[in-house]
Amino acid sequence: MVGIDYSPLLLSLKVAAISTTIVFISGVYFARLFARRQFFGKTVIESVFMLPLVLPPTVVGFALLILFGKNGWIGSWLMEWFGVQIVFNWIGAVIASIVVSFPLMYQSAAAAFDSLDDRLENAARTLGASEWRVFWTIAFPLAWPGLLAGLVLSFARGLGEFGATLMIAGYIPGKTDTIPMAIYFAVESGQMEKATFWVVIIVALGFSTIMWLNWWSRRNMRRFTDQNRSR
Amino acid sequence: MKRFLQWSFLLLVTILFFGCSNNKEDGAGTELAIAAAASLTDALTELKYTYEKENDGVFINLNFGSSRKLATQIEQGAPADVFLSASTEDMTRMKENGLVIESSIVNFTGNSLVLITNKSYPEPVSSFEQLDANGFDHLSIGEPETVPAGRYTKEVLENLQMWMPLQSKLVMGSDVRQVLTHVEMGNADYGIVYASDAFVSDKVTVVTEADSAMHSPIVYPGAVVKDTEHPQEAENFLKFVASEEGRAVLKKHGFK
Repeated sequence: MVGIDYSPLLLSLKVAAISTTIVFISGVYFARLFARRQFFGKTVIESVFMLPLVLPPTVVGFALLILFGKNGWIGSWLMEWFGVQIVFNWIGAVIASIVVSFPLMYQSAAAAFDSLDDRLENAARTLGASEWRVFWTIAFPLAWPGLLAGLVLSFARGLGEFGATLMIAGYIPGKTDTIPMAIYFAVESGQMEKATFWVVIIVALGFSTIMWLNWWSRRNMRRFTDQNRSR
Repeated sequence: MKRFLQWSFLLLVTILFFGCSNNKEDGAGTELAIAAAASLTDALTELKYTYEKENDGVFINLNFGSSRKLATQIEQGAPADVFLSASTEDMTRMKENGLVIESSIVNFTGNSLVLITNKSYPEPVSSFEQLDANGFDHLSIGEPETVPAGRYTKEVLENLQMWMPLQSKLVMGSDVRQVLTHVEMGNADYGIVYASDAFVSDKVTVVTEADSAMHSPIVYPGAVVKDTEHPQEAENFLKFVASEEGRAVLKKHGFK
């Protein structure tokens, strides 16, 4: 199609990829840390983790502006020490994506770790395996289907993030315009052709991601049950 | 005991729920639905109370949004008796589609564009011409294709030959209030908003007002919606907004 700038596609993929990586590592870390452990304040912390899922995007965006704005608590500190500005920058879009997709990753990972049979891990421990080894050889592979589901959902959510992103990253054509922003402003200004183009792209991306997840999990489910049968 | 508390809580919620949904239309009276541009929020809320006090039995329901969005909603059949728009364009569209009573259209107020900065901003410029792309990081404006204020802003900057030089500095908001927020929080060095928006904020100062010859006139047209069930009451309210008294209140809130 003529006259369409492809930068929103690249930017969206870049933002979603970086935020998903960070969300995956931190989500798995916290889920593992909290799994099967009860301590004072756990429910409170978990509720805070889930908060972005229920808050309206403008509230999340506003909170992010307060934290990461030029005069914000974290923003002013980052500016002073590293000279990094989060607002009106694609990094702001990454932060917004991280915050809204973290609950999905954490929830999936927590469920995955909680459902593991802890006798397997304990057996490994009695045989002298380190915690690190227990995690990588037992917990992680067994929890993988759940972790992958969280990963894919986080990616899809990060790709579609709009409200909070608009507030913290601003709309700077060619610099912070992700696909959802391109769609919003195209629709509002009546450029239906441009809007349709981006809608098709983002639907295709989201659809294929989820489709792939479903296919993958079904295939693995089959492999898992086949193994059981042959035993 | 616990069971008792649970039931009492449920009962309380139920009572509150039904208590609040108590319908005004049961009594004698007319309810008017006003669809108004978001920038009119404060001024119209004040006018609503004055009007309800002066006119027994008339209740005003205000619904604020961007003029474009409201126009679309009314086109789709959303109930509204009066449409108060912030742009002539949207009113013209409504008129052409036969959705408003043409004879009732009145320009009830106007606005101007101002360059604003945060109160704590060190050494701000004093005119539009002094905005030098090398001298600051971000100028926040309404998105020109979708926000009327942004369209006027673009006209001003183009007339001053500054639209292209400032391109890399522009951060676009999806509405004027967002532009205001960016400046209030100090994230954007400057912003261009309506005078009435700058007026409600105590965190920003007005650097200068744009020459009204630099942009198309900013007028607020209002009209009675054709599908209204209360044409007379709607007309009366519109007349009140456009009256000396109404305009005085609007002026108090930074309108022209």
